[in-house]
Amino acid sequence: MASLNDYLLVSGLLFAIGLAGVVLRRNIIIVFMCLELMLSAANLSLVAFSRFNTVNGLPNYHGQMLVFFVITVAAAEVAVGLAIIVALYRARLTIHTDDLTSLKG
Amino acid sequence: MPTYLFWIFSAMMLLGGAAVIVFRNPVSSALSVVACFLGLAGLFTGLSAFFVGIIQILVYTGAVMVLFLFIIMLLDLKDEDKRAPSLAPLLAGLGLVVAFVSQLLCVLSRSPDQIAPALDPQALAAAAGHFPAGEKIATALTAGRLPDVQLIGHMLFTGYNLPLQILGVILLVATVGVVVLSKRTQH
Amino acid sequence: MNSLPWILLFLPFVVTVVCQLVLRKSALVPWVSTASAVATFVIACILLTPSDLTLFDGPNGSGIIARYITCKPIHWASIGNFYLDIGIQLDKLSTGMMVVVTGVGALVHVFSLAYMEHDDAKARYFTGLAFFMFSMTGIVLASNFIMTFIFWELVGFSSYLLIGHWYQKESAADAAKKAFLCNRVGDFGFMIGILMLWGITGTLTFAEMAVPAEVSIGTLSAVMLCIFCGAVGKSAQLPLHVWLPDAMEGPTPVSALIHAATMVAAGVYMLFRVQLSLPLVNFHELQASTVIAWTGGLTALVAALMATQQDDIKRVLAYSTLSQLGYMVMAVGFVAGEAGMFHLFTHAWFKALLFLGAGAVIHACHHEQDIWNMGGLLKKMPVTGIAFAAGCLALIAFPGTSGFFSKELILDAAHESGSPLFWVAAFVAVLTPFYMTRLFVVAFLGKHRSDSAGHAREVGPLMWVPLALLAILSIFSGYAFINQCSPALPEHAGEFHFNTVAAVSLGALVLGVLAGWVLYAGKDKDPVRIPLLRNRFYIDAFYDKRLVRYFQDTLAAIVHFFDEFLINGLLVGGLSRTAASAGNLLRRVQSGSLQGYAFALGVGVIFVIYFTVFQ
Repeated sequence: MASLNDYLLVSGLLFAIGLAGVVLRRNIIIVFMCLELMLSAANLSLVAFSRFNTVNGLPNYHGQMLVFFVITVAAAEVAVGLAIIVALYRARLTIHTDDLTSLKG
Repeated sequence: MPTYLFWIFSAMMLLGGAAVIVFRNPVSSALSVVACFLGLAGLFTGLSAFFVGIIQILVYTGAVMVLFLFIIMLLDLKDEDKRAPSLAPLLAGLGLVVAFVSQLLCVLSRSPDQIAPALDPQALAAAAGHFPAGEKIATALTAGRLPDVQLIGHMLFTGYNLPLQILGVILLVATVGVVVLSKRTQH
Repeated sequence: MNSLPWILLFLPFVVTVVCQLVLRKSALVPWVSTASAVATFVIACILLTPSDLTLFDGPNGSGIIARYITCKPIHWASIGNFYLDIGIQLDKLSTGMMVVVTGVGALVHVFSLAYMEHDDAKARYFTGLAFFMFSMTGIVLASNFIMTFIFWELVGFSSYLLIGHWYQKESAADAAKKAFLCNRVGDFGFMIGILMLWGITGTLTFAEMAVPAEVSIGTLSAVMLCIFCGAVGKSAQLPLHVWLPDAMEGPTPVSALIHAATMVAAGVYMLFRVQLSLPLVNFHELQASTVIAWTGGLTALVAALMATQQDDIKRVLAYSTLSQLGYMVMAVGFVAGEAGMFHLFTHAWFKALLFLGAGAVIHACHHEQDIWNMGGLLKKMPVTGIAFAAGCLALIAFPGTSGFFSKELILDAAHESGSPLFWVAAFVAVLTPFYMTRLFVVAFLGKHRSDSAGHAREVGPLMWVPLALLAILSIFSGYAFINQCSPALPEHAGEFHFNTVAAVSLGALVLGVLAGWVLYAGKDKDPVRIPLLRNRFYIDAFYDKRLVRYFQDTLAAIVHFFDEFLINGLLVGGLSRTAASAGNLLRRVQSGSLQGYAFALGVGVIFVIYFTVFQ
């Protein structure tokens, strides 16, 4: 059976992939997906901690509670975020971040 | 979970994740995310977090990613047109990721490793004493099964009642917000 | 009972705030302000009735009975064991002074209702008056030196506002500035004196002051002189007297209130308060007392000389005020502060009367102030004329009037001290009837010499009622039944004994009046012209040409350097330039590129991890 560090390593790598996607990709939808990847990576470490730190012989369900909330909030976030992207596309006809520089000072 | 299954699911997850940022076509990326999340759900199951694993598949792979695909098709996005690749941002991004990964490895190499405590029938039966006898949870635990859903439900409605209510409000707000945002402004 | 003094102190303040912030230019302001002044007068009268008698020895055992109604002080600021208090000291001195301040104040308010009726900035004027009443009340009721000093400055400030009421006139604005600056000069010495006194006694509260035995007389003299500096500024003694005549640029009721009865008396009041508060000191031995007495005597003399050659009715009164203040200061110098305070008490009424009378005359003559353009006013304005005459009689110390009793006591004190100042004072007693006779004869008798005087009519009741009241007080405030209100009362006040002093003073009176009558009766222009006196001993010119030019120009150059180069160029300009260039630099950071921001965020996270985990 895999050890805690294995899980954390895999989780960290997934987070790194998500980070790379956020920084490197220019398509805002892909960026958004990569954000989801990063959230999921965090979830994985939470579940791993929950499993590896037992309470009364059972997994620590407080960690899984947090995962539950993260997933739910992430779902809400995705809905709102995608709605914003749609509105953005309607206004600018692009979702390429290089073209969205109206915040430039 | 046998170790080889862990590595298989991990590889599936990481490859899926890598594919997300490699593919140019958003639809391919979205499908890669699905693959990644399936692997992740497998890992959850391996950690005996059955409920979270199922939720991961139902909510993420089922609902969220379908929403993504739906939006991609709604916007009718083509492949990203080739742009002159600029080296500096690429290197900077990669440098950032490398720095992060090296920090991660460093932290992991320093921290003590840990083996998962056993969740065999004896241990589960021993845990049954903490729950009211004759209830579903205690019965299942005595029988040597892990009543994952019941345990989560128990905790959710005893320890996390207020956050749950607030979460409901957040979802409602998100629903209203999405409706407002996607309404076409009339000129 | 205990809350009354606080109401007395803060009612005018509340009225000021309400007038300034809420009522603003409303027509209510004059009435609110007047009502507050009348209310404070009523409170002051209530406080006058004894409630808690404590025997309190004045300096040298003069046996002043003081009443202390203990008002718990508010700790305004505390530094370790040192407290700055806002407290109220109620004794005979302060309550008596309060009656003067609020009494004159209330009458001046009423008078102003008519006098300032057509002024554009009526609301500002009455707000200023209320604020002045607050400041003056503060000085009088203060229980410690810090509070005195604060209100001292506030009085200076409110008098600045009121003198400069017609700030559109350049002369008024200049006069306001001059008054404020002259006061500042004196206040600087005053502040040093306060600090020295604090160093010696270890307390700033009047009631707790005690001078340790080891303090030398010289040190005490220095302290007294420094404190006297404040009085020199505020009571307009030589050499800082120049602001008071110029302050006549303000509205006449203001002159009556501030520059005759109350503010200028504050210096005398404060000096006497200090003498009372240092019970163990023998003031006769202090060199400072001699200096104070001589300053007062010389001021009385010089001011009286200058008054004889002024043509502006208000300026004559202003110099006469200076001269009378000189008397009071001289009395304090002779350690006969009670006589000084008694004279302050009577002087407040008749000088306010004279100023308000002058105001009525000016009002009736369409703002004509030159007495040579008046004449024959007694027939045209009988009430004002008779009231003015009553004020004149009191001022020239006509036997039986209030001024006679109080001035007599000062002359007595001078005579007892055996100082040559007695003869100076006696000479001033000749000059006073002389210039007042001149003023009255020229302005009120004979024929009118200009159209504006010819069309003068009696003023309305809002103006002549205060005049009449003040006239009654001028005549009778020396007698025993009213003089009990006086802040301090020497023995034998209101009694008359024929002795050398009385003979000298009566002789001086007769001489002065006769000289004035003979010289000026029936004349159409001034038969005597003495340039030296007319030009006020060239003191103002000297200040203008020497002090002001050199000091001011040098100072202005330095200030200009600081302002232009250090502050404007280096600090303000430098700061703004730094900000602008830094902004230009940082503007590049704000690229508008989403990934750039994400990258920056990631770098930040990397650093946070580095510092939290690896350090």
